[in-house]
Amino acid sequence: MNLDQFKPLTVYTIYIAATPEQVWEALTSAEFSRKYFSGFAVEMEPRLGGKFIVRAPDGSEHISGDVFEYDPPNRLTVTWNVNWPDLVAKLGTTLVTYEIEQAGEAVRLTMSERHDRPLSDDILSGGRTGWPAILSGLKSLLETGKAPQIKMAPPAQMLEALRAMGIKTP
Amino acid sequence: MSKPQFVYVTYIETTPERLWEALTSSEFTKQYWFGAEVRSDWKIGSPFALLLDGETTDSGEILEADPPRRLSYSFKHQKYEELRGEPISRVVFTIEPFGSLVRLTVLHDGFVEGGKYLGAVSNGWPAILSGLKSLLERGKVLAIPRAALNKGFDAK
Repeated sequence: MNLDQFKPLTVYTIYIAATPEQVWEALTSAEFSRKYFSGFAVEMEPRLGGKFIVRAPDGSEHISGDVFEYDPPNRLTVTWNVNWPDLVAKLGTTLVTYEIEQAGEAVRLTMSERHDRPLSDDILSGGRTGWPAILSGLKSLLETGKAPQIKMAPPAQMLEALRAMGIKTP
Repeated sequence: MSKPQFVYVTYIETTPERLWEALTSSEFTKQYWFGAEVRSDWKIGSPFALLLDGETTDSGEILEADPPRRLSYSFKHQKYEELRGEPISRVVFTIEPFGSLVRLTVLHDGFVEGGKYLGAVSNGWPAILSGLKSLLERGKVLAIPRAALNKGFDAK
């Protein structure tokens, strides 16, 4: 995989009153992620080359990937491939990078979603809608001990664009 | 190619009315907007100003005011010479109830291709809006240094 071909097409930055270690833990543990990520469980083997899975509440592997850059608690890159038939073949691999930096007494978390080819705004709308909800919930959980229930509707605009490309969606 | 603009969405455990107040009261903004105070009577056509330590850094005019749903003003930088030449930009706040939360969407547009202002704004809003969310949810802002606003753009 040639990293130079991957360009960030969606970037979201959020500041959180927490330590870098707490943010890392919240991003990579199933116990935390279930609370802020609509019941989805992040399961990660904590090493370079380890498996990275996001498990849906029904137990299926919604996202499968590998740990591509591993530098706790500063930087994590994983392949973030949604397990829908033909999706990776048609859209290419998705890379997600979390950068965690101290900013005063807070932490700056920057999520970048990178792709190796241009994608339409319709395709990207899924992530652009989802990330703010996921990371808003993560911030609330770390700062107040409680994750709000952010019930997201299915990403209709993205699903329609995927179907138009012949990708089977649930 | 899409037009240069900045969009930021955040979900806040609050009410639309409290969020509107937080966006329009200088007592609130001083706390999360790195000491900056907003000044306006929030009527369409009225002047808008952002002041830091008593000095106007940005000014404009109220374009839309529909409390507690939508607020928009024009925004022109006054302080730093390297930004003064940029065109008048526009900020639009959209406040929507979302279950027990409120979804806030901030759109800032009207930039020129290759200008410096978009970069400055893109660094500033996430820090300001993260502080606003913390203030409304836990009664306390984040201790982020002002330098965080200038990441990637040295406004001194």
